[in-house]
Amino acid sequence: MAGETKEIVINPITRLEGHGKITIFLDDHGDVSRAYFQVPELRGFESFLVGRQAEDAPQITSRICGVCPTAHHIAATKALDDMYKVEPPEAARKIREMVYNVFMLEDHALHLFFLGGPDFVVGPTAPKAERNVVGVIQKVGLEIGKRVIGMRKDLRGIIQEVGGKVIHPVLGLPGGVAKAVTPEMQKRFAEVADRGFEFALFCEKLLEDVVLGNPEYVKLITSDVYTHRTHYMGLVDDRNRPNFYDGAIRVVDPSGREIERFPVRDYLEHIAEHVEPWTYVKFPFLKQFGWKGFVDGPESGVYSVAPLARLNVSESMATPRAAELRERFFETLGGRPVHHTLANHWARVIEIVSAAERFKELVNDPALTDPNVRTLPTATPKEGIGVVEAPRGVLIHHYKSDDRGVLTSANLIVATQHNSARIAMSVDKAARGVIHKGVVDDGILNQVEMAFRAYDPCHACATHSLPGHMPLWVKVFDARGELVQEIRRDG
Amino acid sequence: MMAGPFQPRIVAFVCNWCTYIAADAAGVARARYSPNVRLIRTMCSGRVDPQFVLAAFEKGADGVLLCGCHPRDCHYGEGNYKALRRFVLLKKLLGQMGFEDGRIRLEWISASEAEKFRRVVEDMTEQVRRLGPFKPNGGA
Amino acid sequence: MTKKTKPKVAFYWCASCGGCEEAVVDLGEAVLDVVNAVDIVFWPVALDFKVSDVESMPDGSITVSFINGAIRLSEQEEMAKLLRRKSRFVIAFGSCSHMGGVPGLANLWDKESIFRYYYHEAPSLQGKDGGEPVMRVKVPEGTLELPAFWDTVKALDQVIDVDYYVPGCPPTPQLLANAVQALLAGNLPPKGSVLAGTRALCHECELNSTKPEKLLLKDLKRVHEVRIDSAKCLLAQGVLCLGPVTRGGCDALCVRGNMPCTGCFGPTDEVRDYGAKGLSYLSSIIDFNEEKDIVRAMEKVPDPVGVFYRYSLPHSSLRRKREVK
Repeated sequence: MAGETKEIVINPITRLEGHGKITIFLDDHGDVSRAYFQVPELRGFESFLVGRQAEDAPQITSRICGVCPTAHHIAATKALDDMYKVEPPEAARKIREMVYNVFMLEDHALHLFFLGGPDFVVGPTAPKAERNVVGVIQKVGLEIGKRVIGMRKDLRGIIQEVGGKVIHPVLGLPGGVAKAVTPEMQKRFAEVADRGFEFALFCEKLLEDVVLGNPEYVKLITSDVYTHRTHYMGLVDDRNRPNFYDGAIRVVDPSGREIERFPVRDYLEHIAEHVEPWTYVKFPFLKQFGWKGFVDGPESGVYSVAPLARLNVSESMATPRAAELRERFFETLGGRPVHHTLANHWARVIEIVSAAERFKELVNDPALTDPNVRTLPTATPKEGIGVVEAPRGVLIHHYKSDDRGVLTSANLIVATQHNSARIAMSVDKAARGVIHKGVVDDGILNQVEMAFRAYDPCHACATHSLPGHMPLWVKVFDARGELVQEIRRDG
Repeated sequence: MMAGPFQPRIVAFVCNWCTYIAADAAGVARARYSPNVRLIRTMCSGRVDPQFVLAAFEKGADGVLLCGCHPRDCHYGEGNYKALRRFVLLKKLLGQMGFEDGRIRLEWISASEAEKFRRVVEDMTEQVRRLGPFKPNGGA
Repeated sequence: MTKKTKPKVAFYWCASCGGCEEAVVDLGEAVLDVVNAVDIVFWPVALDFKVSDVESMPDGSITVSFINGAIRLSEQEEMAKLLRRKSRFVIAFGSCSHMGGVPGLANLWDKESIFRYYYHEAPSLQGKDGGEPVMRVKVPEGTLELPAFWDTVKALDQVIDVDYYVPGCPPTPQLLANAVQALLAGNLPPKGSVLAGTRALCHECELNSTKPEKLLLKDLKRVHEVRIDSAKCLLAQGVLCLGPVTRGGCDALCVRGNMPCTGCFGPTDEVRDYGAKGLSYLSSIIDFNEEKDIVRAMEKVPDPVGVFYRYSLPHSSLRRKREVK
């Protein structure tokens, strides 16, 4: 086809954290021969952590991401516990886990209403001026809008009170937390927890009404265009129930069978990273299978993390309402595991409920207000590895230190990174599914973007690079290598 | 292409009551020593803000020399101790920033030690000459 | 009759963690008031507008662009310059655009050393040398490009002219709201001002009354070595708090969290190099006069650059490590 060059510039990729670049190559018929999703940022945190005082790691690494700073902060803090071989007292552990669940609750709500949710609430091909939180508020009403904003504010207020700041908190120390929770604080937090639970149920109802009640959306969610059959990884407790704060790493294969289960300490025996020259992000894969390329299936090393994966590795949930929702989720979608990427949005809502329930449990725990929140480390530091479930997936912080407690090396495997192969595959598949005969417009491209938005990716995290918002750049080339269309979104 | 060997530029912060007088005396005695040092007189070595040291390098110095009165002889009591503490910490920081040993130096030189002044300047000039020019910003 | 148009506002993020954007969202309900009072023409995290929309605007037609994040890629410099052309005012908000920020610590390294670790030496690579990303690469279907990565991180005012700064990592929503209101009311201080407090943090800290008149320490403590008493000045307890050398305006949030200030608001107006001042302050409170004692005391600060230049390395006099070997 003689390229009728149309310049379409999508500038920037939007409603995610970070940047990306998509280059789409067309064949002779104007169909997609391959779409590459490139992440064009690298920061070098692992380099400049070298030489830093170990106790500064929780605050330095939280700057990897201002949307999920608490995840990095707590992962780093746990790595320091390990490095100094020190156990926090019970109150400190509960404070950390409580703050962590509050954070998961408000962060997932952010994604639902501000980032990924708008695609469903206003519609994937709605005019771009409406595909955002303002459009959501217009659709659901100002009262609801204010309720969401108010709820997040109160939740984040708790993180700020216990953690000093909500964006880049300061509470984490090896062996404890900086500040205790008083009975007075506990009483106020408990009131917020009650409302948080009501809010979680409200999110669940919203999802049911707006998404699950709409057959078009259900069709979209279960369509093959947005489906991949990969392995799944998540943190679970000893009863294989997801736990955001701690647990063993469990991996199931595309049929749902457990194939690996290990403490994070052993991660290097199970996970390796692959490099491609066309993107800055690295691609973790399961060593058991090796890197077989960007392919699905039980023999591929590709795996996925985050809400859908966490449900897929679970046998049940640790809190009652979430457990019910989990049952319904698998019943509706044909059993565990579910391979539909867009089901991440639904899984995320179930996690909103589970975080709200766990928050309620912890806030009412009498041990929470014990004033002893520190165990002072005495061992000589050497090496420590910590893990949490960030909103976007398994997060691993690994540090080595000299005798003085100055870091000599750092290795971070960050949430979205684990998904980077599957995201690349999802974008490729979605592009092939929605672009035909060289026809590309804003609505079609948004459907390609929905493929990555479902993962709630955080590219600042994935590349722990100096952030960058690189524009999302979509270049469409025909079979002759001529640029047919270019869509740039600057971030 | 500049002819001749590299001529280091060294900024010396000298205190009014001790080193400055020694430097003056060296001059009066027509002592011979390398002309690579620019003197900046302060009333006390304790006046030297670390910002001055960094600014000197930023503006093209290849080395910085800090001079004050001997311990217990400070005209104002404790200024030289403050200078010493700053120097220790500054050296550590500059080491992290890629500075070689010898680019900054601290010496106690009293008013009567003109010869010491001459010797220190010669010595430091040679040392910095060996180290080579300091390029601020790593050529960024 | 002319219709009163709302001022146009843009938000842009360079090398940023997204925290400054979150700070805008944390305005809470007030963000809806902002959205109503202005016409947001560009805000990638939340709205689907394009660069081409900005490019087609007349120069100077955006009333204010709030730019956060450090400058690490050429594309970020290009966007900064574009927004500069199109805007009457440019405000650098957040430590990264103000002074370089935490990512500025990468100025202790360079591209080659960062790539070397990340793509060749990290333990999870398992020693397999898979190459590294390049700016242009041929794949079976065509050619792919990546943006270039610089050796040195810069603050915003090192690439464009900046009118005002809102400091902090991140700035508090209150400071942001104040800045927006001041702009809308036309009530601005002299160009180049930092829109926060003018005095050091100690003045607004609740613990100030417990800070000794003459502070002298024989013993410094790293934060994990001591239980911090929340009713007493941290410095008096031997913990290195940078409050005395840091600009106020944040309400001492970290201290309320029972941890010391780490300096994210940067220096007060009179100071050129924040780290040097921090270092100077520590030197003045260490109560030793013999070199060996001083050296030993300073062992409690094994990482002066990380402590004193955590947010401001690109803005410092030296800007970066000389050479990375």
